[in-house]
Amino acid sequence: MTGSNQNALKDKLLTFRHGVHPEEYKELSNHQRIERMPFVEEYTLPLLQHIGAPSKPLVHKGQYVRRGGLIAEAGAYVSVALHAPVDGTVTDVGLYGHPNGQMLPAIKIRTDPFSTQQLDQPAQRQPEELAKAEFIEAIQRAGIVGLGGAAFPAHVKFNLSENQLCRYLMLNGCECEPFLTCDHRVMVEYAEELIDGTRILQHFIQAEKVYIAIEANKPDAVITLRAAAAKAGFPVEIIPLQVKYPQGAEKMMISAILGKEVPAGKLPIDVGVLVSNVGSIVALSQYFRQSQPLIERVITVTGPAVRRPANVLVPLGTPMRSLVEFCGGITGEAARILLGGPMMGIVQKSLDTPVVKGTSGILVLTEREVQDIDTFSCIRCGRCLEACPLFLNPARLGLLARKGLWEDMEDNNALDCFECGACSYVCPSAIPLVQSIKVGKSMIRERKPK
Amino acid sequence: MVNKPKITISTSPFLHDQVTTPKIMWELAYTLIPILLAAVYYFGLSALLISLSCIAGCLVTEYYLGKRGPLGSPLRDGSALVTGLLLALTLPPGFPLWMAFVGGVVAIGMGKVIWGGLGQNVFNPALVGRAFLQAAFPTAITTWEPPDGRYWGVRGTNLAMPFYQGEPVDALSTATPLSEMKFSHEPTELADLLLGNISGSLGETCALLLLLAGLYLAFRRIINWRIPVAILATVALFSGIVYLLAPDRYPSPGFMVLAGGLLLGTVYMATDPVSSPLTPKGIWIFGIGIGLLVVLIRIWGGLPEGVMYAILLMNAATPLINRFARTRVYGY
Repeated sequence: MTGSNQNALKDKLLTFRHGVHPEEYKELSNHQRIERMPFVEEYTLPLLQHIGAPSKPLVHKGQYVRRGGLIAEAGAYVSVALHAPVDGTVTDVGLYGHPNGQMLPAIKIRTDPFSTQQLDQPAQRQPEELAKAEFIEAIQRAGIVGLGGAAFPAHVKFNLSENQLCRYLMLNGCECEPFLTCDHRVMVEYAEELIDGTRILQHFIQAEKVYIAIEANKPDAVITLRAAAAKAGFPVEIIPLQVKYPQGAEKMMISAILGKEVPAGKLPIDVGVLVSNVGSIVALSQYFRQSQPLIERVITVTGPAVRRPANVLVPLGTPMRSLVEFCGGITGEAARILLGGPMMGIVQKSLDTPVVKGTSGILVLTEREVQDIDTFSCIRCGRCLEACPLFLNPARLGLLARKGLWEDMEDNNALDCFECGACSYVCPSAIPLVQSIKVGKSMIRERKPK
Repeated sequence: MVNKPKITISTSPFLHDQVTTPKIMWELAYTLIPILLAAVYYFGLSALLISLSCIAGCLVTEYYLGKRGPLGSPLRDGSALVTGLLLALTLPPGFPLWMAFVGGVVAIGMGKVIWGGLGQNVFNPALVGRAFLQAAFPTAITTWEPPDGRYWGVRGTNLAMPFYQGEPVDALSTATPLSEMKFSHEPTELADLLLGNISGSLGETCALLLLLAGLYLAFRRIINWRIPVAILATVALFSGIVYLLAPDRYPSPGFMVLAGGLLLGTVYMATDPVSSPLTPKGIWIFGIGIGLLVVLIRIWGGLPEGVMYAILLMNAATPLINRFARTRVYGY
């Protein structure tokens, strides 16, 4: 943090215990205003862009669709609708490459080159006049999911039952992954929509207190949102948190702000907290006020091997290759292409897959960042124990994984691990700890009677 | 794209902290340099020669017996160097060089290699080497020559031939502060203990340097601060109680902390991550255990000094401690 930032945030910053401090690399893109990606010729929209059942297609080959028009409906309760990102013609409904590595059903749309691409959807009923059930249904119809990366359907999360009491509504603008700046830019440039969306949600949730948590490396976001909240006269507390990874994990955010732990196997709502990513809340406002369902999202394209790092507002279904080319393309030094940040991101073997709702960033690293460090034996230094935000014993878990002792791993709470990677980050012997814990977790789950 | 980039597939995280195991070992080795220099200042060239002999024993053994990693020499992690240096610092200034070399061989061979190499050993390798020397050469290792200000002088006993049974060694042996205390109830001035102008093993005499090194290492998080705090607090507290009961018979807690090998063992050997427990709870148990054993051995045992056995005994208990002293996991 530079001196001027510190002045803006003088109070002692809250945080959780343990965690790590990787280099931030945010300066590559944190001052780049969000740019709109020009329309491309063709879009591929996988029917599964969220956690849950795939959407059910409502269109057929050759059908003309309008930008923002429904092309697939929710396939189950835990599923959301899908909309066309452009005016154009459906050219195929078939199997296409998905960012998760599989071939999955998708709708392919060829853009209408003569369309102005103006959003022309009927106005929505305003949320203030909706009953709660109607509101929940509307969010599902809008296709809104958690935009932090997990893409969990928002309506499921917001649909609290009678016995679930939400005392704190907490919006997550931490963005603790190095390199990523899309949430940062959204908070700065869509501050009004964010406050408005929060107001809409709060209307139905009726939490005692509303927080927006932001890591202190985004002082402009803190200031802008405080001003926007004051202007709107909406009571929300914008809380700057210490810059530490994984501050943006919801459990860590709750620890930092409320000093509470979420009991194992429970959800934040069980301690009275509802957490949502800031981008999803902006999408909420845009749906009700501008009749725009979730057809585009902000993505950070960054990394030392990207010629022109940028934050881009991208229609869903855009080929990643086009997006990267819009950002000047990648240099010959490129060594790893990741979806998401460097700590939890997923490696891509090609750029031939489309942008989906859960894509928060495309990160292209060079050998300099990902240099393979010599692996040594575990010297039991305990650094991983002091990094693990859940107070697990990654050294022991790694050892048990190597010996294939899956039951012992389960006994040592392997299933609680949310795979933040802090242990692998700090290990001086470069032992792939979180990687072996991931293997262990899937082995434990596989062996469990269903 | 002019040249097609080579894209590698692996799993996150893709960033790594700058601290690596060799860097930890080298930083440890750097902090030993002032201590070695102090030893040379007090005990002359002998200190340097003994250190080189121990290091040679360690490096040769590691090189020929150690595990050859996919990336080359087993020496690359730097731990054998640290072991050799630490072993040397526990030896008396007149110690024969060939014995020092053998000690180095045993430290790495029996202390590390037979367990499976770095990270697998239960006991601190330097102390295994020293325990072997104490058993094999009990006279040589308890012959304490005082600092004599001869910087370039090499003590005659240093150059003794292997297994040579000649004249009784013509060494001027004095008592260490601990044995003086134990056998004649004569305490040494604390100022002397701090500065190190006393007899003892090469690296243990200058308490001040050891304290500074410990603070530095704890601050840099190379060693876990809990271990020295637990050991020293326990020793001070336990020996303080004993001292209050009979001040004329027992040493003061200040003397107990500063004299002998306690600080050397506390800062550099008990903190060996490999042979100490992993969890904070386990580390407290480990440190308190060492503190209690040191006081027990020093005051009621047959030996004037007990740091080595205290650490080795708690090393033995470490696997058990690791099993039972678990961390409290988030959400439970």
